[in-house]
Amino acid sequence: MSLDLNNFTPGPALAGGALIGVAVAVLLLLGGRVAGISGIVGGLLRPVAGDRAWRLAFIGGLLASPWVYTALAGPVQPRIDAGWGTLLAAGLLVGIGTRYGAGCTSGHGVCGLSRLSLRSAVATAVFMAAGIATVTVLRHLPGG
Amino acid sequence: MAVLIAALAGLLFGLGLVLSGMVFPAKVQGFLDVAGAWDPSLAFVMAGAIAIGLPAFALARRRRESLAGLPLSLPGATHIDRRLVGGSLLFGIGWGLAGLCPGPALAVLGLGDAKAAAFVAAMLAGMAVYELLERRGR
Repeated sequence: MSLDLNNFTPGPALAGGALIGVAVAVLLLLGGRVAGISGIVGGLLRPVAGDRAWRLAFIGGLLASPWVYTALAGPVQPRIDAGWGTLLAAGLLVGIGTRYGAGCTSGHGVCGLSRLSLRSAVATAVFMAAGIATVTVLRHLPGG
Repeated sequence: MAVLIAALAGLLFGLGLVLSGMVFPAKVQGFLDVAGAWDPSLAFVMAGAIAIGLPAFALARRRRESLAGLPLSLPGATHIDRRLVGGSLLFGIGWGLAGLCPGPALAVLGLGDAKAAAFVAAMLAGMAVYELLERRGR
C-alpha cells in the first residue's frame, strides 16, 4: 500500500462532505426525512399515497446538481471507465443489495453513522470490505 | 413545502458529491484500492458529512416534528441479521465493480451520461426484483 498523493484531495473532500452533511441536516430537520439515496429511490417502487412527490423532488435536485455546479464553478466531466456488462452487473448488485441491506453509502454510511447506529456501522464495514475486496481482485490478482 | 425542502436537499447533496469528487468512479475505486495507490479522499468526505450529521441527528432525536412542521421519525431498526450483511455484501461488490453508488450514479445521469443511465436502469431493475420477491414472500 502507498498513498496516492497526486489524487488525494483532502480540502475539497472535507468541504464537499460538509455540504452533503448540510443536505442531510436540511432534509432531516426541515423535511423530517433521512437522506438515504437507495431508500428514497427504492420507495418509488412502493405505491404509498402521497409519498412520491418529495422523493422525485429530491432526485430532481440531485440530477440538476452537476449543472448548477457547472454554472457556479465550471464544468464537471466525470468519466465512467467500466464496460457496459460490468455496469449492468454492478447496477443490479447495487439495486438488490441496497434494498436487502436497507441502505447505501448515504443511508448507512453518512446518516447511520451520524445517528451512532451499530446496525449501520456493521453495514458500512461490510460494504466497504466487499468493495475493497472487489477492487483488489480486479486490479491486483492475475486474471482479475 | 416538503417538495421544496427535498429538492433543495437533493441539490445540496449533489453539489457536495461533485465538489468532493465522489462523482468520479476512479476516485471512489482509488479509495477502495488499499492494496495499490490509496486515495483516502472518501474517508474525508464521510468525516465532513458526519461532522454536520452528528449534531443534526442529535437535535432530531428530541423532536416529533421537523422545524417546518412535517412529521419526523428516525429509523428504528437495530437488528443485525443475514439480510443486512448479505445485502451490504452484494452492494459492496457492485460498488467496487463500477465505482458507483446510488447518489453519484444519479448525479452523473443528470449530465446525460449513457453509462450512468445503464447503471441506474440496472439498479432500478435490481430494486424491482427485491420488491417482487418481498411481495411474493408476504
